[in-house]
Amino acid sequence: MQLDEFFVTGEPLIYAGMVSIVLVTAAIIFVLTYFKRWGWLWREWLTTVDHKKIGIMYILSALAMLFRGGMDALMMRVQLAFPGMDFLGSQHYNEIFTTHGTVMIIFMAMPFLIGLMNVIVPLQIGARDVAFPALNALSFWSFLFGALLFNISFVIGGSPDAGWTSYTPLAGAAMSPGPGQNFYLMGLQLSGIGTLATGINFMVTIIKMRAPGMKMFQMPIFTWSTLVTAFIIVFAFPILTVALALMTIDRVFGSQFFTLTGEGLPMMWANLFWMWGHPEVYIVILPAFGIFSEVIATFARKQLFGYKAMVWSMILIAGLSFLVWVHHFFTMGAGAFVNSVFSVSTMLIAVPTGVKIFNWLATLYKSKIQFTVANLWALAFIPSFVIGGVTGVMLGMAAADYQFHNSYFLVAHFHYVLIAGTVFACFAGLVYWYPKMFGHKLNERLGKISFWFFLIGFHVCFFPQYFVGLDGMPRRVFSIIPEWMPLNVISTVGAFGMGLGFAIFVYNIYYSYRYSEREKTGDSWDGRTLEWATPTPVPFYNFATVPHVNSHDAFIEMKEKGETTFDEEKVEPIHMPSNTGQPIIMMGIAGIASFGLVFEWMWMAIAGLIGLVVMMGVRSFDYDDGFHVEVDEIKRTERKARGL
Amino acid sequence: MERNKRHIKKWLAMLPLSLVLLLSGCSQLTVLDPKGPVAESQKDLIMYSIWFMLVIVVVVFALFTYMVIKYRDRPGRGDKDYNPHLHGNTMIEVIWTVIPILIVTALSVPTVQTLFDLEKPPESTASATAAKEPLVIHATSADWKWFFSYPEQNIETVNYLHIPTDRPIEFKIASADSMSSLWIPALGGQKYGMAGMQNTLYLQADEQGVYDGRNANFTGEGFAAQTFEVYAESSEEFSNWVEQAQNSPELTQDQYNKLLKPGLTDRKTFSSTHLQWVNHGTMAGMDYAIELHGEAYEKELHLKSGDIEIDATDEE
Repeated sequence: MQLDEFFVTGEPLIYAGMVSIVLVTAAIIFVLTYFKRWGWLWREWLTTVDHKKIGIMYILSALAMLFRGGMDALMMRVQLAFPGMDFLGSQHYNEIFTTHGTVMIIFMAMPFLIGLMNVIVPLQIGARDVAFPALNALSFWSFLFGALLFNISFVIGGSPDAGWTSYTPLAGAAMSPGPGQNFYLMGLQLSGIGTLATGINFMVTIIKMRAPGMKMFQMPIFTWSTLVTAFIIVFAFPILTVALALMTIDRVFGSQFFTLTGEGLPMMWANLFWMWGHPEVYIVILPAFGIFSEVIATFARKQLFGYKAMVWSMILIAGLSFLVWVHHFFTMGAGAFVNSVFSVSTMLIAVPTGVKIFNWLATLYKSKIQFTVANLWALAFIPSFVIGGVTGVMLGMAAADYQFHNSYFLVAHFHYVLIAGTVFACFAGLVYWYPKMFGHKLNERLGKISFWFFLIGFHVCFFPQYFVGLDGMPRRVFSIIPEWMPLNVISTVGAFGMGLGFAIFVYNIYYSYRYSEREKTGDSWDGRTLEWATPTPVPFYNFATVPHVNSHDAFIEMKEKGETTFDEEKVEPIHMPSNTGQPIIMMGIAGIASFGLVFEWMWMAIAGLIGLVVMMGVRSFDYDDGFHVEVDEIKRTERKARGL
Repeated sequence: MERNKRHIKKWLAMLPLSLVLLLSGCSQLTVLDPKGPVAESQKDLIMYSIWFMLVIVVVVFALFTYMVIKYRDRPGRGDKDYNPHLHGNTMIEVIWTVIPILIVTALSVPTVQTLFDLEKPPESTASATAAKEPLVIHATSADWKWFFSYPEQNIETVNYLHIPTDRPIEFKIASADSMSSLWIPALGGQKYGMAGMQNTLYLQADEQGVYDGRNANFTGEGFAAQTFEVYAESSEEFSNWVEQAQNSPELTQDQYNKLLKPGLTDRKTFSSTHLQWVNHGTMAGMDYAIELHGEAYEKELHLKSGDIEIDATDEE
């Protein structure tokens, strides 16, 4: 292979990308070396098994991915603003919408939410870490190496260009030659391992490690949403794993599962993809529902209305999410009966979702609403998501869907639910739990400015797309006709509004780091659940003494009784897991093996696989079962943290 | 390009007005301005559902606004109307579970009805004197063009088609290579074209006119240019056109194989169809194109936006 086949050549935008990658990498290496921080980085972060630090790493990576996916989006909006634009060629545009979709779903939305789960769920249930801390670290590194592998494709080898859905036969070896599509397959496969492990980890953590007395129906609602999500992950991700493996074998080893030749079944890919893909959208929306419930209850200063109905509707949504996948291809010609069944099952999802909307509204009834930034994101979610929801029901009506399918009506719908749902929740959750993670709040004034830019930009960007869709504009075209121009111009203006909102959000992180007042207590917002019972910064063992829980607003009850998580009489030595470098090394090797498969360099793939097996052996014979934190040290830490 | 510039100037001047246009212009949106019975039934279903959705949106927005204004934490409000321990109310929760179920039922019934209706040729409309046999047209997509074969008339066109008004058209949709979707929004919803699979889609035009049709499902680099025009005309005019087309040269297999090669092509008319050699919608014809042109995908078209505009407007 020639060097100019290895690196992507000929696009000025991509050259700029290469230069900035080199500069940023050099800057990071320089800073770490100059300040002698390599040892610190290794000890404190790269080898950590602490769920709070892993969560923070997830969130930081997700923010970087949001930036990347957002830049993709802005480039697309520029290209689509006017007819006859020559900003992006067809091929380049196709690569960009493919990476935009994949990055946003797989490497932004999921890691962001998993990051918040990591930080918060063990704290909410009174646990000292997740059930399998080293596996948790392994999950993170598998995601990060998967994301790096996928993201490097645009400078090395070429990006995938068959859409985030990667429908065969288009995505097969014949019609998508070259390494691009392999990056998609291996990037998703590698990070998918981590997601599956996270699902198992949180399932066990929540079922087995709750504080004494905490019954299932007393768990905080975000923990409930995490548990339901964990179940969906465990049932849905194996389907993706198998589908990706089959397509990889097709492309790399010449089998014919999804090909046009050899009587392959290209349509089977669409089925497998959406049997995972539809549950996937609930993987990214249910935790969002959990976050909104927490934030709204806290800032309405009121108990969540209809807690049980909220939980049951999530369970119902999770179950239905496995029964609707065909609605992604009503137009495949399965016949009126099949389409009727999936039409009705799809619309049924509106029932539990509607119940949740009304419960949130009822939570506001007779409340005292505080308009903090976190709550603004949560409140803005309700009307915005309803627009996305009702248009979703319209799409679910199969006979009408024949007109909506593949059009901007669909594009508008899923951005309304995924941005107003998932992205607003990520922002709400990050702002809400920020003081718990970093010891200071985000500036409220800057937060509000960024919120309004993003919210208005969002509606300006996506609302017109419903109409341009009804005017016959299909998704994924890189060029528009003059009739579609006015609405597209508005859309592009809105997209830049969102971009500005995000930029202010990021600036706020820096500004608040410099100027925000440091937290003195652990209870930043007069919270209701156990995470606020811990001091800030949270000691690495979380709880000196784990409280006994009797209700689902456990911390409210503790505050009424004057209890804390530091009961001097009851302090006992705490068993904690040791840090380990095995997860990052193991997943680094897996990353190398995947890179080898992308370019079909078998020597590299085989060497990597052998390395992976060796690392599994090393892990199996690792008898380090952690250490104990002594009572004296706990007391010292807690007294200092609580200013006693 | 000239056309673009004119449009850009016109619209830039009207930008502030565009919101007003947006609100008043709904009836001009292609999907909501149907030109045939299939699109009509889909539009009716869409409008029916939009009324439900509007009511839902209005109710939720009103409740939301009321709650957010009335229960905001304003200075001097004190603990009036504040009940932090309100945890639920079974009666009201049953009500707001039942109402969505009723709405879903109300939407399901016409959806299922329309779904089954769309599987049959549309009922003849008032202007048609008697029920007419559907006109069969094989619509075959290949990267990145459309072939329309009229087996009865023994003609084949590339990237455009003529249809008679007031007569159901039975499209037999297939693809030579990647999965496509035949969509003529003015006449009705779309259906996928796949290699090794044949789909049937009934459409009909009641009004004469020229309608935009396209592939709506992403098929790679030339996707945006994979469009065609539909000329709906009276049956006499259609017959005249058929006669004319029958005087065109015959399609040879060699020529057809060349046309299948991934790339863009102009409109063409032939007095024979490719169905005599291959039907891509059968298992036997599934790998025909890929066996011929599998390696052609190695090369890029380097397609730019400007290339497409010229291609779509040169004829007429």
